[in-house]
Amino acid sequence: MDWAYLFEISLTGIASGGLYALAALAFVMVYKATRVVNIAIGEMLMAGGYLFFTFAAMWALPLWLAIPAAVLACGLLGAVIERTMIRPLLGEPPISVFMVTVGLSSVLIGLVEMVWTADQRRLPEFMPSDPIMVGDAFLAPKVFWGAVVAAVFIAAVLLVFRYWRGGVALRATASDQAAAYSVGINVPRVFSLAWVASAMLAAISGIIVGSIGGISSSMGVFGLSVLVVVIVGGLDSVLGALVGGILIGLVEALAGAYLGGEYKLLATFVVLVVILMARPYGLFGTHEIERL
Amino acid sequence: METTLARGAHSAAPPLLQVDSVTLAFGGVRALSGVGFGVQPGSITAVIGPNGAGKTSLFNTISGFYRPTGGSIRFKGQDITRIPAPQRARMGLGRSFQNIALFRGMTVLDNIKLGRHAHLKTNVFDALFYMGRARREEAALRRDIEERIIDFLEIDHIRHAPVSALSYGLQKRVEMARALAMQPEILMLDEPVAGMNREETEDMARFILDVRAEWGVTVLMVEHDMGMVMDLSDHVVVLNFGQVIAQGVPAVVQADPEVGRAYLGSGNVDELRAKLRAAAQPAMAGAA
Amino acid sequence: MRIGTLKESYVADAALFDSRTQHAWLAIAATLLLLFPFVASDYWLYMACLVAINVASATGLNILTGYTGLVSLGQAAFMGLGAYTVAILQTRYGTPFLLNLLAGGVVAMLGGIVVGIPSLRVKGLYLAIATIAASFIAHFLFANFQITGGTAGLSLPPARLLGMDLDTSFRLYWLIVPVAVLMLLGAANLFRTRIGRAFIAIRDRDISAEVLGIPLLRYKLLSFGLSSFYAGLAGGLWAYFFRVVTPESFPLSMSIFFLAAIIVGGMGSILGGILGAVFMTMVPELLKLVVDLLPGGAALAVFLSPVRLVVFGALIIGFLVFEPLGLAEIWRRVRRFFHLWPFRN
Repeated sequence: MDWAYLFEISLTGIASGGLYALAALAFVMVYKATRVVNIAIGEMLMAGGYLFFTFAAMWALPLWLAIPAAVLACGLLGAVIERTMIRPLLGEPPISVFMVTVGLSSVLIGLVEMVWTADQRRLPEFMPSDPIMVGDAFLAPKVFWGAVVAAVFIAAVLLVFRYWRGGVALRATASDQAAAYSVGINVPRVFSLAWVASAMLAAISGIIVGSIGGISSSMGVFGLSVLVVVIVGGLDSVLGALVGGILIGLVEALAGAYLGGEYKLLATFVVLVVILMARPYGLFGTHEIERL
Repeated sequence: METTLARGAHSAAPPLLQVDSVTLAFGGVRALSGVGFGVQPGSITAVIGPNGAGKTSLFNTISGFYRPTGGSIRFKGQDITRIPAPQRARMGLGRSFQNIALFRGMTVLDNIKLGRHAHLKTNVFDALFYMGRARREEAALRRDIEERIIDFLEIDHIRHAPVSALSYGLQKRVEMARALAMQPEILMLDEPVAGMNREETEDMARFILDVRAEWGVTVLMVEHDMGMVMDLSDHVVVLNFGQVIAQGVPAVVQADPEVGRAYLGSGNVDELRAKLRAAAQPAMAGAA
Repeated sequence: MRIGTLKESYVADAALFDSRTQHAWLAIAATLLLLFPFVASDYWLYMACLVAINVASATGLNILTGYTGLVSLGQAAFMGLGAYTVAILQTRYGTPFLLNLLAGGVVAMLGGIVVGIPSLRVKGLYLAIATIAASFIAHFLFANFQITGGTAGLSLPPARLLGMDLDTSFRLYWLIVPVAVLMLLGAANLFRTRIGRAFIAIRDRDISAEVLGIPLLRYKLLSFGLSSFYAGLAGGLWAYFFRVVTPESFPLSMSIFFLAAIIVGGMGSILGGILGAVFMTMVPELLKLVVDLLPGGAALAVFLSPVRLVVFGALIIGFLVFEPLGLAEIWRRVRRFFHLWPFRN
């Protein structure tokens, strides 16, 4: 049993898990605030990556401009999406909004292919490239720094939800819009905010993931693993996104190393099935008690 | 606290439904604590209590939607505490809901037909082919519902209407119709006259009495309308904070100081007693 | 509601087509369907077969998503299961095509049950995610095994009927269209019975449905199994029609195509399934036509695939936002207008 190898793989797994956690956070943000399941989270990530590519590679903007520009542009995209296709369906059954996000994912992929073609692209390098060594274990620098960025944002969001009254407002509008309205919470504004924040987090995630593996129109498949992460962690749990992300990152890394690359996704889905059978609301999700 | 009167009155027949020390807890919240009472066959039993007392939770537990954390429920002599809800429906536990739970995508007729689901036999192959068993079963069902339920509840004029287009009062009646279609031995009505005016309430009261008389159905109802409760029920169970604080015949429960205190807090109990008596009088006079 | 139709028996009231006018229309439609292959060009015969396959599959998805309220993105994967089953049976064993089609349906149905059991126990949402997962797993299975021909896929000989090869659109029409019609009829019948009513109840208010006597898990699995069976059958027809199945034949975008079809057509209505499938099948053809007509069209042709994706997605979003009841509702409005028109003023 090559423990050093196991350690190295696990390290990579945990770090890439941090990336999953960041994307999962973007998902949880929208679900926590609006109860909407955004199936297009992977595609929004992709949009962020491509926007960065446009600003940094195609328009050759300096990095300190390109990154914020891409994040803000993606945030704008989030606002547009919320306003045009989510808000009109406010009173409708949740299944309708869900299907809208399915349509959205299709539209985003199509748009990306139209503008940038389906070819894979490389993002300009901007992260330090010295290999990271933990003892004898090697950790790819991009993965490491990506995880660091992810950790910073996760911590920030956790604090925001805990201590900022906006975080409480977010949760209030999710559980009862009418009640939230009546205590003076500007519900439409909270919705917009949630989607904008989610889109920006997705963009950051997309930039990092794109830097590691390149961007392509099928990048959205990353979203599938993210969906598994939020199911494992609990759809409305920020902590769950973190723990779930690390868990899935670990599982995929181990599966990829010991079974082969094609088995990564399979391993993820096995975890999905296990969780659905054992703890369907996720490790930290709220078990909603329905009233007849 | 139970009055001895309740114990002695109907001890002849075994209860159709027996709730024994039922406890229901959601995390730290105790919705029901040690609730126990019996429902005699052919009786009309009312469950009353202030809001939040646990009445609907009690119904949901009897229906099988919630699993009690303690205690047992016996129906027709059989322990049904572990039996899943659909099976309880098949055994004869009919139910209507506090906030109308009609299926908006279907017509009145289809909603009512749905009540009979557990007693029908059509399987998926019969259904796909339709000609044959499915058609016969559907025709017999339709005839039965038309002649016994739609006629009885006077809703023939709206049978093909989509339920979302109906007034509140009519929707409540369709709910009742659906519950009747379940061929219940015990009919659990959760606030059957909530939100109704005087006339609609009297109509519903008449239906409930007729259901008992013509169908032999036992009725268990949650109700806030004290006139209706005092007027119709043979037995009253009072809940407060998830516990039974009194039960017995209406007159006795009415006089119970605990009950008064539950509804209005400890105040002038004599005045309250007088108020309760006054509320019951016109209803009794009207029905007589 | 149709005016002036008086029923004298309950059985008559429950009939699918209940008036003289509807019977007349039905007779006309049947005659048209019978005459069509003799007057249509090869291209239109091809389209007719494709439309029929899509109608059959869309109807299956409608049962699950439109009527039972459970979103599935696995329609293509289950079609793939059916198609590969048919391909394998036909190439390896040469079994009769009806048997193969049925086997295809059954295999797809079993696949559906396997996916459904863990995911249907909680919320319907999890089914959707599980079906996305199933699409990827199906692709993995198709591409990595000997028996399915790996990435190259399988090509199969035509179905044989009475010693004749069904290898032209004309001949296949007589297999595909009747099967599709039977599937439609079955679905329509379903919703006249307690099974169909149970499905709708699950969609509208599943927690009450259980207390009223409907075992939820069992019926959700039934709905999913039935819809997968329909998909498998449609996939089998697809295999006999195209005669080649590869792992790339049934991508996730095809599942989105079918979801769009029922949303556009009108969820929860048999007519909606038909209208939606016809519409969605003709849209890419229309796009192709437009591209051919435009100057510089050849250069635009490369955009066809992404434009299709955008159009599918936009149709889903557009109809859900503006006309959630779909084309079927628009059709109903038009019909109502003409029914009432004689009574104006």
